[in-house]
Amino acid sequence: MSAQTADQPWLARTGEPMLEIANLSVFYGNIAAVQDLSLDVRKGEIVTVVGSNGAGKSTTLRTISGLIKPRKGTITFQGDQIQGKKGNEVVRRGICHSPEGRRIFPRMTVDENLDLGAFLQNDKAAVAAERDRVLELFPRLAERINQKAGTMSGGEQQMLAVGRAMMGNPTLLLLDEPSMGLAPILVDLIFDTIEKIRDQGTTILLVEQNALAALRIADYAYVMESGHLKLEGDAKQLSRDDAIVRAYLGG
Amino acid sequence: MAEAAESRSSRAVKDLILRYLGSSLLVLAIIWLLANFVADPGRSFTVLFQGLGNGALYALIALGYTLVYGIIELINFAHGDLFMLGSVFSGIIVVNIFGATTNTPRNWGILLVSIVLVMVMCGFINLLVERLAYRRLRRAPKLASLITAVGVSFIFQWWGQQSWMTGSTPKQWPQVVPNGGITIGSVTLAWTVMLVIAVTIPLLVLLQWIVTRTRQGRAMRATAQDQDAAMLMGIDVDRTIAFTFALGGAMAGAAGMLYLETIGTTFYGVGFQLGLIAFTAAVLGGIGNLPGAVIGGVLIGVAQAFNDGGPYGLHQQWSQTFIFAILILLMVFKPEGILGNPTVEKV
Repeated sequence: MSAQTADQPWLARTGEPMLEIANLSVFYGNIAAVQDLSLDVRKGEIVTVVGSNGAGKSTTLRTISGLIKPRKGTITFQGDQIQGKKGNEVVRRGICHSPEGRRIFPRMTVDENLDLGAFLQNDKAAVAAERDRVLELFPRLAERINQKAGTMSGGEQQMLAVGRAMMGNPTLLLLDEPSMGLAPILVDLIFDTIEKIRDQGTTILLVEQNALAALRIADYAYVMESGHLKLEGDAKQLSRDDAIVRAYLGG
Repeated sequence: MAEAAESRSSRAVKDLILRYLGSSLLVLAIIWLLANFVADPGRSFTVLFQGLGNGALYALIALGYTLVYGIIELINFAHGDLFMLGSVFSGIIVVNIFGATTNTPRNWGILLVSIVLVMVMCGFINLLVERLAYRRLRRAPKLASLITAVGVSFIFQWWGQQSWMTGSTPKQWPQVVPNGGITIGSVTLAWTVMLVIAVTIPLLVLLQWIVTRTRQGRAMRATAQDQDAAMLMGIDVDRTIAFTFALGGAMAGAAGMLYLETIGTTFYGVGFQLGLIAFTAAVLGGIGNLPGAVIGGVLIGVAQAFNDGGPYGLHQQWSQTFIFAILILLMVFKPEGILGNPTVEKV
């Protein structure tokens, strides 16, 4: 890494590492979904992992969250190895995950969904404050607070999924394809909100197919292709490099 | 084009027939019930009360099916046999261990202690089976756990056949609850039924409270809707599923004890028949839905009681036919059950 950094000064990053993934390999049966992936997220950053369908981005997030066990490699969060730990154990350590496809609880109200996001939080006052913050970021959720989540539009469900993950008061927020299936204007809204969340002090690992939108708000970016890490670098630099954009980012 | 129009209109006619047939069957059923009451009100009220008691028992067992189905979509075929074990345990505990055979205040106290013991035992057995068998199969194809449940059902029946349980023939235990009941005019309210209802209602209220008001209940509902998402909320999904099995097992244990106190005999095969009826009740109410299981249980209990003992009933030899005819008709007209979710949710 350090030799690389000398050649490529934009790889140098400040901030202490919060999440470090080293040589991670994840398999579904015999099929490798992620191979030898190493990446890290530093405090206060938005780090994005971009790449096309089947690149292994969601698998990476699901492995961090403990939904899948990796075959090889380590995941270190704030100094502790968390690979292979159960999902609830990972949440307890401060990693909250807004999953691909939203996965809100459709037969529960918006209110109940947000409550579940704070399932492990014991401090009632802190939960109330977090809830106010979420409803301020997503005023639409406040309007629909008693509506069954399954009856809302895709964009509203996405806001709920992000809001619900924030209710766990995460140190690190994992966002999986928050722009999927949304109208462009909603995509802008969601991405502006993600920036705001970062500015309020939450570190974010964002997985996106919509690479250009993700690079616009991210500090640092990784590009994945069929399970492998292809390149990494400062998000602004990558998005300005025409060759890279053409090759990997569908520009 | 003409063909398409024709098929559309013939489908419309079919829908119409289905709808009217469905409601006319419902009307017929109500007329039949009313006719019973007109013909012999005293007997009908006695039968209704009896039916409510049976229905409460079915409901308690049906809850176990519906809880487990709701959370991991497993039809737990061993559940009826767990109820059977509960009935045998209560005979052993109440009579063989505590020696309670007559209607005295002390023995009622023993009954109360025993029902808690039997509930704990059945809850624990169900929890153990989940831990040893179903948990490993959770990501396997559904048929694997279904066949396992059938296997567990056989194991439970074998257990029930041991000589220290019932042996291979029905075994009789003396009851603490006296025969007879309160007679008002020509209506008799049996003591046993009163006991069943007096135990069932608080249990239902307790269960409803656990599921809707407690943290554990929230975890159960979330896990039922989406296991992965529940895990991402920090819910311990394994523990939540285990808890659900324990809860369902405890209800089956309570039902087992109430059954023995009502009927007085039990044997290793009793869980198969009652389990099937209770499963029918769960499907009738909408499987996965707790109030639905209770409604389905009471409905079947009452319908069966009128068939078996009502003035216009077909009597006991048609009992099973009658119950399953209701099931089949309901499945034709309302496949999701009375309170079931009518549509598949979008993901």
